[in-house]
Amino acid sequence: MDTDKDPSAASFDQRLQQARSRLEKPADTAPDKDMGRGFSELGLMLRAGTELVSALIVGVGIGWGLDHWLHVRAVFLVLFSLLGGAAGVLNVWRLVRPDAITDGDSGS
Amino acid sequence: MAAGSSIDALGQFELHPVLGALGESLRFSQSPLMMIIASVIVLAFLYVGMRPAAVVPGRLQAAAEMCYDFIYNMAVDTIGAEGRAFFPFVFTLFFFILAGNYLGLLPFSFAFTSHIAVTLALALMVFCLSIIVSLKVQGAKFFAHFMPAGAPKALAPLLIPIEILSFLSRPVSLSIRLFANMVAGHVMFDMFAAFTIMLAGLGLFGDVIAVGPIVINIALMALELLVGALQAYVFAILTCIYLREAVAH
Repeated sequence: MDTDKDPSAASFDQRLQQARSRLEKPADTAPDKDMGRGFSELGLMLRAGTELVSALIVGVGIGWGLDHWLHVRAVFLVLFSLLGGAAGVLNVWRLVRPDAITDGDSGS
Repeated sequence: MAAGSSIDALGQFELHPVLGALGESLRFSQSPLMMIIASVIVLAFLYVGMRPAAVVPGRLQAAAEMCYDFIYNMAVDTIGAEGRAFFPFVFTLFFFILAGNYLGLLPFSFAFTSHIAVTLALALMVFCLSIIVSLKVQGAKFFAHFMPAGAPKALAPLLIPIEILSFLSRPVSLSIRLFANMVAGHVMFDMFAAFTIMLAGLGLFGDVIAVGPIVINIALMALELLVGALQAYVFAILTCIYLREAVAH
């Protein structure tokens, strides 16, 4: 059609460019952490307990499995229960440490 | 449910074949049936919602667009620009779990997220994906993350097993959280419903008190609506966090 006569057509490419750059922006700027903040804080609260327990479960599971496999009674169970407990505390620490919100819960 | 004076709160999680003889021969239980229903509902919601493709959206289209934006922002804000590649995966996970949680609240329905087999499968899928992405993006450097930077070398024999256990606990905590929340909610529903029936058997006085558990169940329904959305959100945001670590150099 006669798009050339459309007054908005000239600026369309410009606006498209603007819209595209707006979409690209989050890649460069710092992630916006305000979205769903209250929601994620409630989630954080519910996470702490399971983080502690699940590491212990994994530790006990691995310890029990190694004992069963190598036929040594309870050496690895004792060792891995302690390590699992420590890992659980580490999980919770990553969750609640002061820089957890901006840095995520990565240890690296 | 309540048989006489005993409460069978866990009986509701048993799987039974559905759809008659065909379901019997295929071992097709409520769980996969509800999964299919959940998937169909989510797909139908998106398809019917987005079919008008109007510039000024109607209610359903606005709802569909809001859902899309919500997960898109979550994925991109948490993971970064690479998050766009994982957006469909996170979107599918979130709405599958959300639909499952909410479908389970309907009478005569079944919450498939209340089975650890289902939640563990979902969590292992996320876990394996994050490992594959990590190995692809970071290569062998991925294994360097198991030794915290700046820690003394002498502590390595202690720190590395702890870091590995912490890493391995991810799918466990992800699956147990969702499963335990759903089971706890449904057990409470059953308990209070059973109280109502038991109290109603005590004559006029019981009839009056029996209103109490019903009121509690109504409040619990509100709580479960929150928990259902919250658990789906937590599952999705943790998926994003794990993937962010995977794509980080």
